[in-house]
Amino acid sequence: MNEKVDVCVVGAGHAGCEAALACARLGLETVIFTVSIDSIAMMPCNPNVGGTSKGHLVREIDALGGEMGKNIDKTFIQSKMLNRSKGPAVHSLRAQADKAEYSRAMRKVLENQDHLTIRQAEICELLYEKKNNVDNELEDHTDIHSENNHVGKNKVYQITGVKTYTNTIYECKAVILCTGTYLKARCLCGEAITYTGPNGLQSADHLTESLKNLGIEIRRFKTGTPARMDKRSIDFNKMEEQFGDEKITPFSFSTDPEDVQIDQVSCWLTYTNEKTHEIIRNNLDRSPIYAGVIEGTGPRYCPSIEDKVVKFADKERHQVFLEPEGLHTNEMYVGGMSSSLPEDVQLAMYRTVPGLEHCKIVRNAYAIEYDCIDPRQLYPTLEFKKIKGLFSGGQFNGSSGYEEAAAQGLLAGMNAALTILGKEPVILDRSQAYIGVLIDDLVTKENNEPYRMMTSRAEYRLILRQDNADLRLRQIGYEVGLVSKEQYDKMLHKKEMIEQEIERLKNTVIGASKDHQEFMAAHGSSQLKTGTNLAELMCRPELSYEILSEIDPKRKPLPEDVIEQVEIEIKYEGYIERQLKQVEQFKKMERKLIPTDLDYNDVKSLRLEARQKLISYRPVSLGQASRISGVSPADISVLLIYMEQKYRSLRKEKVE
Amino acid sequence: MKSDTIAAISTAMTNSGIGIIRMSGEDSISIADSVFVNTNHKRCLKSYQSHTIHYGYIVRRDGTILDEVMVSVMKAPYSYTKEDVVEINCHGGTFVMRKIMEIVIEAGARTAQPGEFTKRAFLNGRIDLSKAEAVMDMISSQNEFALKNSVKQLNGSLLKIIKALREEIIYEIAFIESALDDPEHISLDGYPEKLSGKVENLIIRLKKLLDSADDGKILKEGIHTVIVGKPNAGKSSLLNILVGEEKAIVTEVAGTTRDVLEETISLGGITLNIIDTAGIRNTDDIVEKIGVEKARKVVAEADLIVYVVDASVPMDENDSDIMEMISGKKIIILLNKSDLNVCVTETEEKFSFLDKNKIIKTSMKEKEGVELFTETVRDMFLHGDLIYNDEIYLTNMRHKEAVKDAYESMLQVRKSIENQMPEDFYSIDLMSAYSSLGTIIGEEVGEDLINEIFSKFCTGK
Repeated sequence: MNEKVDVCVVGAGHAGCEAALACARLGLETVIFTVSIDSIAMMPCNPNVGGTSKGHLVREIDALGGEMGKNIDKTFIQSKMLNRSKGPAVHSLRAQADKAEYSRAMRKVLENQDHLTIRQAEICELLYEKKNNVDNELEDHTDIHSENNHVGKNKVYQITGVKTYTNTIYECKAVILCTGTYLKARCLCGEAITYTGPNGLQSADHLTESLKNLGIEIRRFKTGTPARMDKRSIDFNKMEEQFGDEKITPFSFSTDPEDVQIDQVSCWLTYTNEKTHEIIRNNLDRSPIYAGVIEGTGPRYCPSIEDKVVKFADKERHQVFLEPEGLHTNEMYVGGMSSSLPEDVQLAMYRTVPGLEHCKIVRNAYAIEYDCIDPRQLYPTLEFKKIKGLFSGGQFNGSSGYEEAAAQGLLAGMNAALTILGKEPVILDRSQAYIGVLIDDLVTKENNEPYRMMTSRAEYRLILRQDNADLRLRQIGYEVGLVSKEQYDKMLHKKEMIEQEIERLKNTVIGASKDHQEFMAAHGSSQLKTGTNLAELMCRPELSYEILSEIDPKRKPLPEDVIEQVEIEIKYEGYIERQLKQVEQFKKMERKLIPTDLDYNDVKSLRLEARQKLISYRPVSLGQASRISGVSPADISVLLIYMEQKYRSLRKEKVE
Repeated sequence: MKSDTIAAISTAMTNSGIGIIRMSGEDSISIADSVFVNTNHKRCLKSYQSHTIHYGYIVRRDGTILDEVMVSVMKAPYSYTKEDVVEINCHGGTFVMRKIMEIVIEAGARTAQPGEFTKRAFLNGRIDLSKAEAVMDMISSQNEFALKNSVKQLNGSLLKIIKALREEIIYEIAFIESALDDPEHISLDGYPEKLSGKVENLIIRLKKLLDSADDGKILKEGIHTVIVGKPNAGKSSLLNILVGEEKAIVTEVAGTTRDVLEETISLGGITLNIIDTAGIRNTDDIVEKIGVEKARKVVAEADLIVYVVDASVPMDENDSDIMEMISGKKIIILLNKSDLNVCVTETEEKFSFLDKNKIIKTSMKEKEGVELFTETVRDMFLHGDLIYNDEIYLTNMRHKEAVKDAYESMLQVRKSIENQMPEDFYSIDLMSAYSSLGTIIGEEVGEDLINEIFSKFCTGK
């Protein structure tokens, strides 16, 4: 059979869903493939969305016109703004999801999206044509069935379609790989090894070969998940109850806050103890990781309980969070205790934890290994450097986390569509979005474990706040075509209100009158020496926008999100300005694009190490080049001169 | 943040008649205005026309006069770099040039990177296309040189101090960041008070480092002088006389100075870094062999060679080896042991390539001829035969700026704590301090923080 579409998305997890929706919403005929339709937008690990820095990603996805934020607003059962006592840059929203509802709601969105078709099938092969590197003309059709189709390293290929296990060919202009943890997956629970994807779902064992034939370098990563318990077997009296926020903040900028003020479900906190650790230590030889059975590299930020006990031997206890998996299930997720120890050891160790003495395991903890790529084979557009029309996102790119996956999926989908439509792709840089930091880190830096977002990875985080993601990114989403005019105008209106209010505060002078001095004294603030404007007063730690209302009679009522922005912009102005200046410097180098055909061997003064790295990773800009380890500032200067020389000789030729 | 106006001493760092400090960049004229007054004590360079030269004074911040100078103003695009350029023509003493350099840095310029004026000139279209290759080579080689010097010259104790400071700083950042990343596992309650104490301590140590950078230098400056000669020719005795104490081991047995000894001395205002080498001769003694190899290495990097010859014994093969090793260098030959029966004189054929006044008869035992030797060195220096290594001076300036930046970042941390800013603001300035100090020892930030977080703190679900 033969079908013809615009875009094929392989995988329907969090990356695949965003990618497919983006393409279809931009009017392209899109098919999304999954090995199981029941696993669309499945959450095989933790039952929550957001968290530190991940909450930022969800906000940004939403601002750009993605689906994740809206979907979690529909299906959450508890919500909390983390780090509220810290600076605004690190406030992060996290919501507990009803897993089944989350998946079902996303499936409904997909099923009702125009131009989008869902297809349950395993993709086994990518179809492609050889492309002449120089003049972009298609050279010849490669017989993909021949034995000698191994792609040479410096050739460029054009993707032409995919083939399913049942031999149907889907011809298309772009393919987006979002295979998650399914490629050649195997799950380990002590000595018991199963060759499946997460949750016992069928793995995808055929695609890897086809990718290798295309010259794509494959590597193997590992991750893990803790056990799920039967709620009825847990004694919550021995645990601390963890509540959600009293006033809930929605993720999506288009969700009305009134609509999310629901009754929430609690999570529970308990701790491991010396007995737990002893059981783990005594059984380390039965852990596949410590016994050397696992070859994949695991993440340091999400260590198994075995890792925690070994690496931080002096810690007397570790926190354990019991989190509900949904409203219609008794399953509880045991956060903090992921493991690949055998079942009997798991049960014994869990039962040492207060409140879990009589626990019953519903699903075992396990570790999973899977094939993925070194993402330095990608451009920041998430398109393969050597294969035109092939994009990828999510865990396949060596990341970890639902939010990281969704963010890449959205960008990959957007850029696949824009490329087909003959428009400029979207590249977010490190000063624009956490998504920019995420993708730049992936495609530029050496990374040997599943990559997780962290606020400390963002050097301009005072500017990249979760509260201003709409102000930063709505316009891009609107220009691409994923954000409606209505939503865009809403942002413009908000922006205007913020600017006007800041202006007003800066121009409203508070005289040193008796009333005002009394007000200052009442709030423990020093006396006014001369007239001071309201903005200056707001910078005093003991004063705030709200407190100042007393001496600000001309104030008009404003929406809360506007007040929040006004307060942040004024209180942290000095710091924000410093970062803006750094961003200016940073942008200078990002704007210096390196021609794709630049021959580094022709740049004689480059040091050898730098030359080799530049040849293998072909950065798009001098900025990106400067972040490659082994490329020194002097090498960048040399490149700068070389590019200027080329540019000038070209211009000279034209004149002549 | 610092402006992108660069400054450098563009004449040789010798005590010559005139010295030039050059600045280029958007703010060069306003920076010059903040350090220069005309004879009416007005600051008005901005109002002057391009390509004019003005007489006046460089003044310190407190208004006192540092030097009498001529300042020329060349406005963009009619300058070497096509940017606004200011040249300060001052008296040529190294002391004055340095002070002026420090004043313009304080006023907002930064020390130019190697080759940076030329790089700007090229990028702004001032230098012809055909010179591009040469410009690239120059940037590349000068950087290599600066880097080599910087790390090579950093003395061990300083390296340790900087590494220790950085380790402490990154630990605090990692702690803050772990807590921000995983607020349910790691608490910051009471942390600002704790950090405050550590910050005070770091501020004191950085201030000390900054002060020491002021009087001493971070890198060893001076004329790199190497003493060579056969075993027991009197090399160590020479060093001891110059230093004025018994540093080198002196015995009658040939081959006792087995390592390289180094001393910094001042000869009539000229700084010499003197390295005494193991006596050079063909040897099977392993320990001594290592010393000989080291000697070859330091000779290759030296500015001046002092070749001590035992004049009481005839020249031999070993002398030929030495002559070969030091050929092409600036050399002074000391014919030592003039108190004994002399069989080698300045008429020796092997010395024919050298001016007769560079060959001096000495007797270390009687302390004779040493004065003549110091005068000869002085002469060579004053005639420009010997020059200071400018790049080392500039590297020192850059190091000092880096320490100062780190110091100021820590002051900012202190301010943030005092103003009760949230903890995430501390790590912004702690990080800049960390990366500033890193530039001194040639280390970038890279993944340091992430690695520190994962190795020191147990976070994660």
